[in-house]
This record gives sequence, C-alpha cells and structure tokens, in this order.
Amino acid sequence: MTAPAPSGVDGPATSGPAIEAVDVTRSYDLGGTVVDALQGVSFVVEEGEYAAIVGPSGSGKSTLMHLLGCLDRPTSGVLRVGGRDVLELDDSELADLRNREVGFVFQSFQLLPRSTALDNVGLPLLYRGTKRAERRELAEASLRAVGLGHRLTHRPNQMSGGEQQRVAIARALVGRPRILLADEPTGNLDTRNGAEVMRILEELNAEQGVAVVLVTHDDEVAGRARRQVRVRDGRVERDTALEARPAGPAGDAPAGAGPAAAGEPGARHVAGQQA
Amino acid sequence: MKGFEAFRVAFDALRGNRLRSLLTMLGIIIGIAAVIVVVSIGAGARDQIESQVEGLGSNLVLVVPGQLDTANPGQGAAAASPLQVSDGRVLGDVVGDDAAVTARISSAAEVRAGSRESYVTVQGSDQNLPYVFTRPVAEGEFFTQGDVDTRQRVAVLGSVTSQVLFAGADPVGRQITLAGTRFRVVGVLAEQGESFGVSQDNEVHIPITTAQRLFGIDRVDAFAVKAPSAADVPALSRGLRQALREEYPDQEFSAVTQTQILGVIGDILGLLTAVLASIAGISLLVGGVGVSNIMLVSVRERTKEIGLRKALGARQRDVLTQFLVEAVLLTSVGGVIGIVVGVGGSLLVNGLSPLPAKVEWWSPVVAFVVSAAVGIFFGVFPARRAGRLDPVVALRTD
Repeated sequence: MTAPAPSGVDGPATSGPAIEAVDVTRSYDLGGTVVDALQGVSFVVEEGEYAAIVGPSGSGKSTLMHLLGCLDRPTSGVLRVGGRDVLELDDSELADLRNREVGFVFQSFQLLPRSTALDNVGLPLLYRGTKRAERRELAEASLRAVGLGHRLTHRPNQMSGGEQQRVAIARALVGRPRILLADEPTGNLDTRNGAEVMRILEELNAEQGVAVVLVTHDDEVAGRARRQVRVRDGRVERDTALEARPAGPAGDAPAGAGPAAAGEPGARHVAGQQA
Repeated sequence: MKGFEAFRVAFDALRGNRLRSLLTMLGIIIGIAAVIVVVSIGAGARDQIESQVEGLGSNLVLVVPGQLDTANPGQGAAAASPLQVSDGRVLGDVVGDDAAVTARISSAAEVRAGSRESYVTVQGSDQNLPYVFTRPVAEGEFFTQGDVDTRQRVAVLGSVTSQVLFAGADPVGRQITLAGTRFRVVGVLAEQGESFGVSQDNEVHIPITTAQRLFGIDRVDAFAVKAPSAADVPALSRGLRQALREEYPDQEFSAVTQTQILGVIGDILGLLTAVLASIAGISLLVGGVGVSNIMLVSVRERTKEIGLRKALGARQRDVLTQFLVEAVLLTSVGGVIGIVVGVGGSLLVNGLSPLPAKVEWWSPVVAFVVSAAVGIFFGVFPARRAGRLDPVVALRTD
C-alpha cells in the first residue's frame, strides 16, 4: 500500500520518485560572507525507500533535511518533492506541500505541551481544513497504530520520552504523507525506547510504504537503513545501498560502541551517485 | 484554518496563561469602563438638564439685553442692562397680554427668621410670576401689583426656605429679615425640584421694586414672556426684540427660547462628554499598547511552536490569523468585562452619588466594537511578525 497522493489543490498526483534533487546548492549570506552549506547535491528518494543521511556536524545534513522537508528553498538546482518543483512554489503552496507530502519527526519531539496527544496528532489536519470530528478520528487511529491507544487524552508531560516520540510519529503520519523525515529520532531516548521508535518507523515503512529518511550521526541507527547517504562538506560523499536487515530483535544491540571515524559497519560497497 | 478553529486555538492559548491574559486585559477593561461611565454621566446630566429646561415650558421667551449668540456660546457678551420695569408694558403690548410678562432681577442674601438663618437666592419679580413660570402658590398668596407698585416689604418663600426657616410651621404672616430689612411672609410656592443639583425651592421672591431699592440697582435683568402657544414663539421673539430696539435704538436684545437653551446645553454637554471620554479613551490606547507588547513577548516565547506549526503545514496566513485572533479575543473579552464594569459603575454612580448617569443603549455596542478594533490594530504588528518567521530559524530557537 502506497501513500495516497491527496487530490485537489495539489494538482495531478505524480507517480515519480518521492524526492528528486539535481545539483542542489544552498548558500547563506552571513553579513557579506557567503557560506555554501550545500554545494551541488544530487540524489533520489524513491517511494517507500528507507534511507539514512549521515555525516558529521557542519556537514550540511541539517540544511539538506530542511530542503527535503520543504522548510527552505535551494539557492540553485532542481528539487522536486512529490513531483512539485519547490522553486516554483510560493510560501503558501510550499506550506501546503509540507502539509501533504512530508511528515516530520524531531529529536526533541516538538509536541505542544498544553495539548493532548489527540490534539497534537490532529494538528497537521487542522491546516488542511479537516473537520474536528474527522481529525479526532484519524488522530486516534494514528495513535493506535503506534501503540498509544491508551494515551489519547494525555498531555506530553504525562508521558515518557518514548511515548512522546511515538505521538510525534503518529502526528507525522496522520496526514498520510509520502515522505517521513526523522531528524535524530532516537537522540533524546534511552536505548530501549530508541529501539522501540526505530521498530515502529521500520514497521510503518514496510507496511504503509511511506519513504523514511533518517538524519543521524548514530551509526547504529543509520546501519538499520537500507541505504546510507554520507554527507561531508556540503556534498554527497558516498551513497551506499545496504543489505536489507531482517526487522529482528533490534532492542538489545549495544549502542554504537566506538567512534568509528571513517569505516562504518555495513558500508561494503560504494554505489553510484544515484540509484 | 477556519475562523472558528482559530478562536478555539486562541482561547486555549489565552487560558493557558490566565494571569497574564487577565493583566493584559486590565488596561482594556479600565479604558472601556471609564469611557462608558463618562458617557453615561454626560447623558444623564443632559437628560436631567433638558427635563428641567423643558419644565420652563416650550412657550416661554426670555428677553435679555445684549447679543447672545446661541450658535456660538461664549461669543456674545451680555451688555449692561438698560431695561426698566416700565418696559414690561411695552412687551405686554407685543404679546397682547400684560399678565404674560414678568420682570426679574436676581441676587443672593442672608435671610433670618428668629434664630434660624439661611443663604438664599433673592428673586425680585412681580405679580405675574406664578402665571408666566407656571409656579403655583402652596400657602397664602403671591404678592400683588399693588405690593409691587408701592414697594411693599413682603416675601414669598420657596418650599425649602420655608422648611429651613420655620421647620414646618405655617410661615404666612410671620416676619423674616432679608439683608437687614424686615419682610412679612405672604405666601409659600409649591415645590419645584432641583436644577443642576441646586434646589430651586431655596429662594425668596420679593417685589422687584423692593428688590431694586434693597440692592441699590435701578435696572431689570430680564423679562420672561409667556407666548399664547409654542407655535407663536418665533414670531413673538422677533416682535419683542423689535419693540425693545425701538425703545433703545443703540442696544441689542436677545430673545432666548427653550429650544435655543436646549441646543446650547446639548452642544456644551456633548463637547464636555467628548473631551472627558477622549481622556478616558487614552487609557484604552495605553491598554492597546500593552496588548501589543504582550503579544510580541508571546510570539517570542512561542517561536518554537510557530516553527513547528509551519513545519506541519501552517501558512503565513494561518499563523497571522492565530495571533491576530488571540489579540482580538484578549481585547474583546476585556471589552465585555469593561462593559459590565462600566454599566455597573454607571448604575452605582446614579444610585449613590448626586451625579445623574444614564447608560445609552449604543455605548456598550460601540465599546465592544472599539475594543475589538483595538485588538486588530495593536495585534497586527505582532501577528505579522509571527507569520513571517522562518520555520528553519524558529525550530532551531531554544
């Protein structure tokens, strides 16, 4: 089952790749000094893919994630998300594209502290004009899908970190986006909760066909993806397809023991720049 | 995001910060309440004065010396009066009835009866006063033309003066001392009520000729003329002035009618109310600045929330609407509370103080609209700032 492209204002649903980046650059003008955060990045995320973007801090992976999530526009190049060219959209259309095509999961959960789990999860639908009753219905279904059927009316401070991140995942998925962008989703969680969150993400990827793009510097997390895009100095350094791992007993694996400067487990062969 | 949803979101946000919301509203509450009370007192005063002026009768014309410009009060100057008691006959010829004209001079003096004393208005007038001003005599008689012609020292008391000097006993036939001269009380007027918070019943009427001698003047301040009907008033006014101008070619005279007085009083009170309401309105403005300030703080505090909402698909317009609705909700709820306080305050003023107050039906309506408008005006700037936040920067904020 693939994520259904919403019809209507968005124009014709396209069946191309979820994300297509061609020679994308992003420069910042910091009071005279121009900083090139991305210097010509090209890659494609297919529908239903499970990829990890890795790289040291300052490598440009955050900038890349903001571009993929349509929070920002490239300085040059072509970036298509859900078949729409980001540079051709105005702010409102870009917001709409974010709303329909992208789901975000943040390291720090980013839940509204005074809202219940149901209201938090229903938030993306609010900006789509969905009626309240239907919002609640869809939000409840989404919360049940991440195993939080018993936490519907709890507020974030009444839940554990793992539960909060599962609420965030439910929120990212409630609008049935094509792409789920997860920025260090396990960064604020202990090993057990982190593994649980990863298991849910993998399950959703496998069962609902949503493309999952992880941004992480945790090799253990990155190693679970079927593809690794290594970014360094604003360029894609390596784009590696990994063997699909069985979604097995992930939980008890020790967290990435060593710093693993260059060689990461699993990066056995270097694939071409693009799939 | 639909309007109703925006209200729900805004309401939740304000409820989450109850104390701050209330304190922010306080400026609006005080401003709105103050304006409503001021306007109510203005309206109450106008009503009271109007009813008193109307009590004069719509067919009464006051003839005074000088050019009184009723369209521009304060512009004309009252000239020294050339009028004499005998001019009453000239005016009587104009109206066709000598009994419809009464002369008047006013002064103030101390009056004593036995050990009791009071400070009263002394009206010098003639036998026609009860008819012209429609003031019935309650006890005894009013003084007669003979009394006026022969400068008798007789007095007719107002009801309050009678009460003060004689404490309920029948004053007719008793003696009073007015400005050092003894007078015999011949009658008491029926109660008339207050005007401008001053009793009209605390006065002593004596023959105008006696008053002239008592106060050492030989003029008449004014004549009051009763027209046969209200419809005759304009023509009669012209006739009266014409007659006096023939009598005194160098002088100007004015004929003041109830309609003119009402117009002037209405203008003066309207202006006064507007000025006071504007001063009270300044606190509304200050309240609006407070709302703007708090909304800016709120935008800064909730930068992360704004970033998140934008990441989830909120458009610039959605965020702007959310904060604008929040500001408007803040001021209009404050406005409603202010209206309740203002209306309650007006009723209290009316009931507990000598000031009259009357809540006009439109003042709460206008107050509500103004408070909502203040929210829009002072909310737009913070809301636009919120709407324009870059989601990437906003999400990164701690």
